[in-house]
Amino acid sequence: MADVYLDNAATTPLVPSVLQCMTDALARVYGNPSSVHRKGLEAERAVSGARRQVAQALGAEPGDVIFTSGGTEANGLAILGAARARQRRRRHIITGKTEHSSVLNACRLLEEEGFAVTYVPVDKNGRITAADVLAHLRDDTALVSLMWVNNELGTVHPVADIAAAVKARSPETLVHVDGVQALGKLPINVKELPIDLLSVSAHKIHGPKGVGALWIRPGVRIVSLLGGGTQERGLRPGTENVPGIIGFGAAAEAAAADLPQAAARMARLRERLWEGIQARVPWAVRNTPADPDLCAPHILNVSFPGLKGEVLVHSLAEAGIYVSTGSACSSRRTGHSHVLTALGLADDVAGGALRLSLSRLTTEEDVDTAAAHIGTVAVELAELVRG
Amino acid sequence: MEPLLLIRYGEIGLKGKNRHLFEEQLARNVRAALGDAWPGRVWRAYGRLFVQLEDPAHVPAALERLQRVFGIVAVSPARPVALTIEAIGDAAVEMVSAQDLSRPRTFRVQARRPNKKFPLTSQEINERIGGRLLRAFPQLKVDLTNPELVVSVEVREQGAYVYLDQVPGPGGLPVGVSSQALLLLSGGIDSPVAGWMALKRGIRLHAIHYHSPPFTSERSLDKVKDLARVLAQWGGPLPLHVVRFTEIQKELRRQTPPALMITLMRRFMLRIAVQKAQEVGALALVTGESVGQVASQTLENMAVINAVTTMPILRPLVGFDKQEIVERAEAIGTYPISILPYEDCCTIFVPEHPATRPQLAEVEAAEAPLDVEGLAQEALAGIETVTITADD
Repeated sequence: MADVYLDNAATTPLVPSVLQCMTDALARVYGNPSSVHRKGLEAERAVSGARRQVAQALGAEPGDVIFTSGGTEANGLAILGAARARQRRRRHIITGKTEHSSVLNACRLLEEEGFAVTYVPVDKNGRITAADVLAHLRDDTALVSLMWVNNELGTVHPVADIAAAVKARSPETLVHVDGVQALGKLPINVKELPIDLLSVSAHKIHGPKGVGALWIRPGVRIVSLLGGGTQERGLRPGTENVPGIIGFGAAAEAAAADLPQAAARMARLRERLWEGIQARVPWAVRNTPADPDLCAPHILNVSFPGLKGEVLVHSLAEAGIYVSTGSACSSRRTGHSHVLTALGLADDVAGGALRLSLSRLTTEEDVDTAAAHIGTVAVELAELVRG
Repeated sequence: MEPLLLIRYGEIGLKGKNRHLFEEQLARNVRAALGDAWPGRVWRAYGRLFVQLEDPAHVPAALERLQRVFGIVAVSPARPVALTIEAIGDAAVEMVSAQDLSRPRTFRVQARRPNKKFPLTSQEINERIGGRLLRAFPQLKVDLTNPELVVSVEVREQGAYVYLDQVPGPGGLPVGVSSQALLLLSGGIDSPVAGWMALKRGIRLHAIHYHSPPFTSERSLDKVKDLARVLAQWGGPLPLHVVRFTEIQKELRRQTPPALMITLMRRFMLRIAVQKAQEVGALALVTGESVGQVASQTLENMAVINAVTTMPILRPLVGFDKQEIVERAEAIGTYPISILPYEDCCTIFVPEHPATRPQLAEVEAAEAPLDVEGLAQEALAGIETVTITADD
């Protein structure tokens, strides 16, 4: 049986170097960074080192990076923390229809608190432009929150353009970018981006689950979601996840080291995978934008109209090919993906969608094996369905 | 709490010559339900079962376990005392004093006296113990019809027992007294309830489940195992036979009219179940069907499906409304598992308009191009069996 993992947008395996430094940390760096003795100092230094590594991957200063329990918490802290800090004067939020559930649900919480939220629709590529956002910008818009790379489609939103346009019109409006699917896939340099907040996560870049980070532009005030100690500038109280943070640091450094080459290879393999599928299943439909400038290198969303995504996933799993129907966080619910629905896809196209996602570790053999199995399974199931 | 539990049982007391078989089975089931986790001694005496637990701290957990042993009508933590009215009175006072007496409470004493050598009658015991309690606790008041507290006294040859609470058991017959049946277990709400009702009549169960990878997921199979685990809490270890059903569905899809798909599928399920039942020594099948609930459960469909076998098919839910089934499922503990959304993905096999009144001749004609026996044998050969226990 093959063993090809193409669900890297859901999560990635740890790389050995990360595993190694985490094992060391778990065994030895057990001190609490807040303790005054040497064991505490040792842990504090390790966390500081990891903070430098993550900051470097973002082009940021270490002091502006807050560690969180993951991408969801970073998004929640950015959106709830920024909106609540401004709620006296500004009570409007702009976000996109195809955002991750952690962003959409944070916005729903704010609606319950009396904020107005505009959910901007996307074009046929799943994209939002600066003009789309400006059309909804109000005098009391506190925050614009958009994802950099869509987790189901791979669509890249022009966040730099959008942020620049928003700042030109309304300098007081904050811009938050959910960069969870961008880290390790697109070059990131917050110094060149007119944004205020950026969320990232470790386990999408071969780091551990349970750790993420929020970058906060100096001078931007947000409020904490929890009461507690003064860790992470009081914005994320609680004893630090020391081994997780150390693993994140190592993973961020490794991801940044060969980013341009790794991204180019993923993009090439993604196209090879698509060609392999297209050759075997000419009726397959590509949902990920074909223009390489509009999509991140690691995601291919493809529909097999008339088939059920879940059935394809189970069939492929039996052959040792691991893929996903959509976002892992929503794929066990009934109904179609909100992202594919926002694209305006017909029911049978949305219901037959697979998300194939690559990583730095994906090989040519992997995508060839996957394409062959996808071809066999899709053709077989189509015969059965069409009777 | 008292580490001695007094168990009362119902119907099995009436079974004449077979009575000792029923009692022995109940005692075995009680021992099995307590297992090694709550060790104790189990014995029978005078139409009662007694459990002497080793550790008083085990009483609450043991009570919870025994509430799921069919055949039990009630369980009470009891105190054994010497055969004197003074000893009985002392125990009653001590047990009542452990109750919440911060406000006035009503009570009555309910004595039984199978030991006719005891010098007082039941009525006299009631009066004497009642009097003692009234003197000891001024906040108590007698209420014979609707008391808050019932102080029970049982006077037997070797001693007397005093107990207050009665935890109700599930009733029914001890599992194992009624031979074996094979339950067709799906991931839905109905079939686990049907299985529970069979267990309640003392039937020992096997279960069979039809799994259609890749059209059903591994998670949906886990869900069926979780349901089987709940049934095992009621009826002991449950062998679960998992049939890989995909090939048959594919063949039906290729070769037969879509409107008959469900009818034909169910005929195959029955054929396979009957053979498995015979192999394991089960005398009947149990299903969660209820008349007219869905298109395939019309009497016409049942008749045509049933035509493949002469083995009895028990349908314990036939008289229930959906709401009644849901209430049972909630009480049994299967409902929250049944409604988990890992629904089978095999809807591609379900036609939009299934035939509701198929004729046997029509169905048999539709099966003609199939190698019915070969397909059923292949499915039987591929069965994987796991025994599900309550504590897995």
